[in-house]
Amino acid sequence: MSTFKIFVSLIKVGLKVTLEVTFFAVILALLLGFVFGLARMSKFKVIRFIAGVYIEVFRGTSLLVQLFWIYFALPILGIRLSALTTGILAIGLNYGAYCSEIVRTAIQNVPTGQTEAGIALNMTKTQRMTKIIIPQAFVMMLPNLGNQLIELLKSTSLVSMITLTDLTYQANILNSATFETTKVYTMLLVIYFIIALPLSKGMKLLEAKVSEGRA
Amino acid sequence: MWNWKYAFSILPKILSALKITIGATFVAFLLALVLGLILSVLVRSKVKIVSLVVRGFSQFIKTTPLLVQLYFIFYVFPKIGISLKPFTAGVLGLGVHYSTYLSEVFRSGIESVPAGQWEVAKALNFSRSQTWMKIILPQVIPPIIPVIGNYLITMFKETPQLSAITLVEILQTAKILGASSFRYLEGFTIVGIIFLLLSYPSSQLIKKLESRLRTEN
Repeated sequence: MSTFKIFVSLIKVGLKVTLEVTFFAVILALLLGFVFGLARMSKFKVIRFIAGVYIEVFRGTSLLVQLFWIYFALPILGIRLSALTTGILAIGLNYGAYCSEIVRTAIQNVPTGQTEAGIALNMTKTQRMTKIIIPQAFVMMLPNLGNQLIELLKSTSLVSMITLTDLTYQANILNSATFETTKVYTMLLVIYFIIALPLSKGMKLLEAKVSEGRA
Repeated sequence: MWNWKYAFSILPKILSALKITIGATFVAFLLALVLGLILSVLVRSKVKIVSLVVRGFSQFIKTTPLLVQLYFIFYVFPKIGISLKPFTAGVLGLGVHYSTYLSEVFRSGIESVPAGQWEVAKALNFSRSQTWMKIILPQVIPPIIPVIGNYLITMFKETPQLSAITLVEILQTAKILGASSFRYLEGFTIVGIIFLLLSYPSSQLIKKLESRLRTEN
């Protein structure tokens, strides 16, 4: 099999699942990141505690362990999820925990003077958050969130281990069918690199754009 | 549902595989430290081609999945005559992958040393190795210790991926036990708890170290 044919076969079969898992896991992770990042700073102790448990459990246990746990152990407790749902859920929950910390740190790093200015202008708490604090925190979050995006994309290769037909899974199939081991895995690395490169360049552009005119 | 008796019966087997997990973590970490330091020095090389190649290599390793790199080392290397055992291949993959992260840490650490320090070394007629060993590195290392510590924990949590190249570490042990008894709940839960019990206290310790370093400065 020619190198080009292997390249095409990998893209044709595996790319869709890799992008699908990445896309939905990113959305889930961002959502969880904002919810739990804010919950971590709640004035209610119970909410802070719950957010803390979520963050530490998902950061403290390994992603592959979480993936296997949801896929193999959860059905024993009566909850059976498809491989695709499992992949998105595990990666989303795991990266959501990391994003929570990024969100929290960024919000806490907005100078207190900004909050005080909001109070002086008679803004409500929600107004202060949405109009003053979060827009500034968001700029600070972007570089870290961009790094997480690349890490998340890379981590989607793990879903091949729960039989989801992503790029890596398709590479393993091609490898055992054609024995073109060198070509298959080299092309696989190249494809991940090609996907990740514009993502990291895009994040850098976005970063430059939102920090325009700011020191 | 959860079966305590079964859980206790498999616990010793999983714990005995923990040596493999921890062994792989530390050997890979040492490799990543050494290689990371070499990369961070090479990137500053005055020979443009060297710095360019190192930069490209780091970028490529960093933006492609560790799992695929492990497959590459384990399945492609034998084609060019390098057959490695799962442990060696795993440690090599994990070590090389994280060396690119650590080299970034070293690089930013080195860049934060004021230019005056280099000039002083020159004025005192220090050789290149003396400058690095006696002036630059002693200033670079302490502030980056917490960051490096966090990478150690991250690498520890990446070791389950080594099971993909047939290394029998704790996750693979739990999987084998699960496959033979059709009970996955206990094994995978135990593995999760082990990771949490080891990584959470370590990360708290690093946080403390970090705040202490900050107050010292």
